[in-house]
Amino acid sequence: MFGNLTDQFSNALKKLSGKGKISESNVREAMDDVRTALLEADVHYEVVEQFCENIQQKALGEEVLASLKPGQQMIKIVHDELVATMSGVPVGQEADEFEAQPGIMFVSPGPTVVMMSGLQGSGKTTTTGKLAAVLKKQGKKVMVAAADLQRPAAVHQLEVLANQVNEEFDKGPDVLFHAELDKVAEYGKAVGAAVTVCRNAVAKARQEKCDVVILDTAGRLHVNDELMGELRQVQSAVQPHQILLVIDAMTGQDAVNSAKAFNSQLELDGVILTKFDSDTRGGAALSVRQITGKPIKYLGVGEHLDALEEFHPERISSRILGMGDVVSLVEKAQQQVSEEEALELQEKMAKGKMTMDDFLNQLNMMRKMGSMKSLLGMLPGIGNQIAQMDIDDKEINRTEAIIKSMTKKERTDVDLLDNSRRRRISQGSGTKPADVAQLVKGFDMVSQMGKQMSGMGMLSKLKAMSGMGNAMGAGMDPRAMMGGMGGMGKAPKKPSFKQKFKQRKKRR
Amino acid sequence: MGLFKSAFNKIKQGLDKTRSVFVNEVRTILSGKPLSKELLKQLEARMIQSDFGVKTSRELVADIEAAWERDEISTGDHALAFLKDQLNAYWPAEDRSLHFADSGPTIILVAGINGAGKTTSIAKIAKSLRDQNKKVMLAACDTFRAAAVQQLEIWSERLGVEVIKGQQGGDPAAVAFDACEAALSRGVDVLLIDTAGRLHTQKHLMDQLSKIKRVIQKKFPEAPHEVILVLDATTGQNAVNQASVFAQSIDVSGIFLAKLDGTARGGIVVAIREVLGIPVKFIGVGETPDDVEPFVPDKFVEAMFSA
Ligand SMILES: Nc1nc2c(ncn2[C@@H]2O[C@H](COP(=O)(O)OP(=O)(O)OP(=O)(O)O)[C@@H](O)[C@H]2O)c(=O)[nH]1
Ligand SMILES: Nc1nc2c(ncn2[C@@H]2O[C@H](COP(=O)(O)OP(=O)(O)OP(=O)(O)O)[C@@H](O)[C@H]2O)c(=O)[nH]1
Ligand SMILES: [Mg+2]
Ligand SMILES: [Mg+2]
Repeated sequence: MFGNLTDQFSNALKKLSGKGKISESNVREAMDDVRTALLEADVHYEVVEQFCENIQQKALGEEVLASLKPGQQMIKIVHDELVATMSGVPVGQEADEFEAQPGIMFVSPGPTVVMMSGLQGSGKTTTTGKLAAVLKKQGKKVMVAAADLQRPAAVHQLEVLANQVNEEFDKGPDVLFHAELDKVAEYGKAVGAAVTVCRNAVAKARQEKCDVVILDTAGRLHVNDELMGELRQVQSAVQPHQILLVIDAMTGQDAVNSAKAFNSQLELDGVILTKFDSDTRGGAALSVRQITGKPIKYLGVGEHLDALEEFHPERISSRILGMGDVVSLVEKAQQQVSEEEALELQEKMAKGKMTMDDFLNQLNMMRKMGSMKSLLGMLPGIGNQIAQMDIDDKEINRTEAIIKSMTKKERTDVDLLDNSRRRRISQGSGTKPADVAQLVKGFDMVSQMGKQMSGMGMLSKLKAMSGMGNAMGAGMDPRAMMGGMGGMGKAPKKPSFKQKFKQRKKRR
Repeated sequence: MGLFKSAFNKIKQGLDKTRSVFVNEVRTILSGKPLSKELLKQLEARMIQSDFGVKTSRELVADIEAAWERDEISTGDHALAFLKDQLNAYWPAEDRSLHFADSGPTIILVAGINGAGKTTSIAKIAKSLRDQNKKVMLAACDTFRAAAVQQLEIWSERLGVEVIKGQQGGDPAAVAFDACEAALSRGVDVLLIDTAGRLHTQKHLMDQLSKIKRVIQKKFPEAPHEVILVLDATTGQNAVNQASVFAQSIDVSGIFLAKLDGTARGGIVVAIREVLGIPVKFIGVGETPDDVEPFVPDKFVEAMFSA
């Protein structure tokens, strides 16, 4: 639905390729594409302006102008700059500092007091539950406190979540729950009560020797002075060690207004972006990071209690650019196929030497890789198209039957397949002549594609893939393109969330 | 429109807040100035910042520019009037009030993504209908989220309307069916069905939603008489995706634009109107059941562009 940077750059690339070096006006033109792509991803207008100004200066430097692949160079500059903004680590510097920054910083002696804040419905209560689960699994003793006294059933919601955490995750001490039901009142009639509840919760957490106490506050508008005042009062009453702003990843331009207000009225330590399991491009992340200067600590990726992930600046940058979660995609693909295999096929395809046997191989691999489909869905736009492409088992079976009815010679040289041979094959495989014709056509397309794609960069390849649509039936192995991803192929293995916490624990 | 009259003044206050924010900005850009390229650029920037989207904003500004080149308009104030006309054209005079059943209970299905404001918006619609002496019933079909049923139950108690609920974790379609039967047997005028928040990207949950709709239709072939999509006004361009997928699976008849009492302008509904033709029926301007206003395009546009 929305054009994305990938599309736009493909065009830019087309325009630029063959020119060798590019001019300043080429760069400026490409910058307009970047600007549009970022706006369509919901990055705030002012943030986009600022961001593009930075980029333009870099792009106008020798790097791009001198580059033989200016388009790719441009994408790289934009991407690197996005990652830098998101991580707070300037381009070219080691990411150690960011990597070393734990999700929650613990104080000793405890309890570490964490306060959740944010607009209505952003996901504070759910995230409180998720965070409690993460910490419990690390062996921390956690208390959650119901400081939302105005939304109907908010207290009960948190209680249910605390119980669920205890039921679903054995490891670690049980999560405690603090609530004062007598303070619950209708909207506007409980203002201020949260202060007492939080104070009591922290005192109780101290008594119970909890490591962490998480305060779940009511959703509120940043322009509601009364309710914002309540949060400030909580802040001064219990002095939370960490104040987190919970923001919906689908938020549009207004993210800047609310983040700015929360950040200036409270001493925010970090941001949690929720509902990241949607297909939002997530530009709000950039706006919020830029406006508050505070790190994004976690991503909420589902309604379940285990759906909380570490934040990867590279991944979200790709997503904002419309490049999808390329890193995850590559990681997953690597689990499924050896690079040599893919390269071999890639080469064959490039030379136009793909055979029906290769084609059949791909089909079978494809079948095994059903999970790939969900992964491809991570790529906004084009990815969605591929993901929606039906990989129909029956279709694969039929194709398999047809290919198996071909002679060895026919399989290596499709041009042999005249009408009489096709009739024989269709009879032999119990299919219609039209099916055979369709397969041959699909095969031709794929091998054609292979030749064309050999010179392209990864992004254009993905795009070309999507263009093929259903014409090729299920005849294309995503790994073929993975193999061609060049530099992306060897994404460094990142320690998982769990491993990281382990390491951290060891360090202490 | 008799509906919502009692709450009108309160709503006006909420709206005025929204209005003044936007108006200040647009007014200072446009009023009393001759049209210029620079002015148009600023106007486009404002629209984008209101979540109109790049495409819609550019189209609207291109129209103004064309009119300017034809010498039809020459000042910022003209442009504002022109813009109003243009936006009004997005909302042709079609029925934006609720559509009621000819006979028997009117069934209103309410859906949307997580945390958009569905349950609260149901309380708002329920109250206004109740105040009109309609017999209202609620169906708690969010059997998934923690305490979702209790939340709706509390509203039902506060508003004095009946609620039908099922088992936590149970089949929401079964609850919907029970509610339909109850609505019929108890002579209810309007049944409001609350559903669990779901992302449009989750196919199985979208399928579950269409199942709920089919089950309702088993009982009442003409139903649901309204399918309301609740949208959070702070949502950006993703709202178009949301609306299109929900429209595909349950044929949305109108939007409830919630949380318009903040600083978000909800401009994305303009793009949704253009792309999908779905009208906005209500706006939400706060957390209490009174904080609702029928969506009136003229006023919405005015709230955005005039003093
Ligand atoms: N898909 C998805 N849903 C989420 C995520 N986080 C929260 N939700 C859902 O979003 C809705 C709102 O979440 P809550 O935790 O109640 O939000 P809140 O900020 O506490 O809301 P208020 O207290 O009313 O301001 C619920 O339906 C949650 O299940 C997420 O990461 N992904
Ligand atoms: N300021 C403001 N808050 C609203 C409005 N409508 C709803 N809310 C608040 O938004 C939060 C979420 O509202 P709900 O009605 O629970 O949302 P929901 O869509 O039912 O959420 P799930 O069922 O969890 O998906 C609550 O804190 C509501 O009080 C509105 O118009 N303005
Ligand atoms: Mg909450
Ligand atoms: Mg709800």
